[in-house]
Amino acid sequence: MSTALLIEQLLNGLQLGVMLFLMAAGLTLIFGVMGLINLAHGSFYMAGAFACATVAAATGSFWIGLIASLIAAAAAGAIVEMAVIRRLYERDHLDQVLATFALILIFSEGTRWLFGSFPLYLDIPPLLQGAVPLPGGGQYQLYRLAIIGVGIVVAIGLYLLISRTRLGMRIRAGESDREMIAALGVDISTLYTVVFALGAALAGLAGALVGALQSVQVGMGEPVLILAFVVIVIGGIGSIKGALFGAVLVGVVDTMGRFLLPQALSLVLPPSQTALISGALASMLIYIVMALILAFRPTGLFAAQP
Amino acid sequence: MKNVLATGLIGLSLAVSGHAYAEPVKIGVITTLSGGGAGLGIDMRDAFTLAIKQSGNKDIELVIEDDAQKPELAVQIAEKMIQSDKVDLMTGIIWSNLAMAVVPNAVAQDVIYLSPNAGPSALAGANCHPNYFNVAYQNDNFHEAMGQYANQDYKNTFILAPNYPAGKDSLTGFKRFYKGELAGEVYTQVGQTDYAAEIAQIRASGADSVFFFLPGGMGIAFMKQYAQSGVDIPVMGPGFSFSQDVLPAVGDAALGVKNSATWAKDLDNEASKEFVEAFQSEYKRLPSIYAAQSWDTANLILSALSKASVQDKEAFRAALKEADFNSVRGEFKFNTNNHPVQNVYIREVVKEDNVLTNTIVGTAFEDHKDAYAEQCNMQ
Repeated sequence: MSTALLIEQLLNGLQLGVMLFLMAAGLTLIFGVMGLINLAHGSFYMAGAFACATVAAATGSFWIGLIASLIAAAAAGAIVEMAVIRRLYERDHLDQVLATFALILIFSEGTRWLFGSFPLYLDIPPLLQGAVPLPGGGQYQLYRLAIIGVGIVVAIGLYLLISRTRLGMRIRAGESDREMIAALGVDISTLYTVVFALGAALAGLAGALVGALQSVQVGMGEPVLILAFVVIVIGGIGSIKGALFGAVLVGVVDTMGRFLLPQALSLVLPPSQTALISGALASMLIYIVMALILAFRPTGLFAAQP
Repeated sequence: MKNVLATGLIGLSLAVSGHAYAEPVKIGVITTLSGGGAGLGIDMRDAFTLAIKQSGNKDIELVIEDDAQKPELAVQIAEKMIQSDKVDLMTGIIWSNLAMAVVPNAVAQDVIYLSPNAGPSALAGANCHPNYFNVAYQNDNFHEAMGQYANQDYKNTFILAPNYPAGKDSLTGFKRFYKGELAGEVYTQVGQTDYAAEIAQIRASGADSVFFFLPGGMGIAFMKQYAQSGVDIPVMGPGFSFSQDVLPAVGDAALGVKNSATWAKDLDNEASKEFVEAFQSEYKRLPSIYAAQSWDTANLILSALSKASVQDKEAFRAALKEADFNSVRGEFKFNTNNHPVQNVYIREVVKEDNVLTNTIVGTAFEDHKDAYAEQCNMQ
C-alpha cells in the first residue's frame, strides 16, 4: 500500500463527507429551527440533479445548470413549506414522518411523469475534467477536489450566515425559543420558509454536483438521505458544526473501511471468504461507529440542546 | 336475401376456423413501472403489449400491475391475480428477488409463469417446475460468457459485484469459465453510488482488465466515475449495464466496452428486424434487451395458443415447450429444466447517428445451457 493510494482514499472519504454535509446541514437546520423531521429532503437532492441535468442538456452549460439546480430546489422547498410543511409544525413527529414520506412518493412519481423513467445524462464541465498530481506520485480527479472546495466554502458561508447576520441571529433565536421570537415581532412564518428553502437549496446543490458523478434518476435521494440521518445523529441533532464533523467522519470511515478491511482480513482469512466478509463488514461499519458514539454520547457529539 | 345470409354464414365460419381455440385468455403481467428500476419494466410492458396488439388476437386480456420493485407488493398482486382475476398465465417480473417471492407460489397453484427476465439459479435447479418457463436466461449465463471471452485477452482480471444473491451468482458465473488470475475480488454495497474507493483499488491492483456487474444506477455511476478517473484498464461486463435503457445516461464513457448478451438490435434474422422496426415506429426509441425478451415471451405464448387450449394445462405446457415461434434471438429451444438453450454473444458499444447502441462482435457460446439443469428432475 503506497502513500499515494492512502492520500487518494483519504481525499475520497473527505469528498463523500463534504457531499453528506451539504445534505445534512439543511436537514439539521430544519430540525433545529422548526423541530421538523423532513424525510422529503432527498427529494430536493433529486430535484436539484434533475434541474441541473435538464438545463445543462438544453443550454450546453453545466454552470447554468448548477444555478438552475439551486433555484429549482429552493423554489420546490419554499412551495412545499408553504403548502404542506407549515401545517405540520404543531403536530407530533409521527405525523411529520408520515406526511413527508408521502411527499417522497409524490416527488418521485411527479419527476417520472415530467422526465420519463430512464436515467438522465449529466457530465462534469470541461473546466474541471482531468486530474491533478498528488504528493507521492498519485493523481486525483480535479472535479472531486472542486466538490471538497465547494463544501468548505458552504461550511464557512453557513458559519458566517449564522454567527454574523441578522437572519442568522433569528435562526439561533428560533432554535432556542420559538414562541419568544414570535412574541418579539419577528415574522416567524417567513423565517421558517427561508430556512426551509435554504436547506432545500443546499440539498439541490449536492444533487447537482453529485449528479455529474452518478446517475440522475428517480429515487436517487433516498440512499443519501439515510446516510445524512446517520450524520446528524452522530453530530448531534440541530448542530451545523456537528453535521460537518459527523459528515466527514462518516465519509472517511466508510471509504477507509471499504479500502482497508479487505486488506486487513486477507491476513487472517482465506481469499475466497475475504471478499464476502469484508464487503458485509464494510457496509455495517458506519452504523457500528454510530452505535458506539451513541453509547457514550446519547445526544451526539455536538448536541445543540442538552 | 338467402345469398346474403349464406355469405354471412360462410364468413362467420371462416372467422371461427381462423382461431382454432377462440376462447378468452387472461394474462397477468406483474412488472416494475415505478421507482428507480421502472425503465426496465416499461420496456418489458411496451414490447409485450405491442406483440399482442400486432398479433390481432382479440381474445387475450392483459391484467397489468406495477410491483414498484417490492417483493411484498408483488406477492399481493400475484395473489389477487390468481384468486380474483383468475389469470391463466403470468409473466413480467424483472428482478430475481421478486421472482423468488412470487413464482414458487404461483406455479404451485397451477398457474403457468413465463419469465421475461429474471432467472435465479434456485428455480433452474432443484426447484424447477413444469409450470415455470424461463424465456430469458439463467442468471449466470451473461457472466459465464464474459468469463469465456476474458480468456482470449486477459490473465489478471479485477472483478466486482454488489453484495446480494445475483451479485454472488454473477462472480460465480464469471469464475466458472475464466481461467486467469484474479487481481482482486470486491463485493460492493447494494445501491452504492460512489465507487472512488474501489476505482483507486483497481488502479493500484495491477489488473489487466476489470469485470463488473452493477445493474441499474450503480453501473451508470461506476462507468462515469471510472471514465473520469483516468484509469485506462479495459472494462467489460454483462449487457445489463450497457443496455439501451441506460446507455444515454452513461454517455460516451461506455464507447468500445465489450459486454455479453443474447441479443443486439443488429442480430441478423427476420424476426429481430421486424421487432426493432415495430418497436421503434411505435415508441420512437430503440428497444433494450428486456424489450426483446418480452417480445419473445409474448410470441411464445401466441404460438402455444394457436396449438392448444390454455384450459388443457398438459397440452398447453407441451405446446410452450416446443418453442415453435420466431425468436428475435434466432435459434431458441428449451432445455429439460424449461430454461433456454441459446447463443450468447459478445457485443461492443458503438455510436450510430449520434445514438449509443450495441453491435455484435463475436459469439461466446453456441447453444449454451445453464449449469443447474442437471439438478432439476422434473416429472
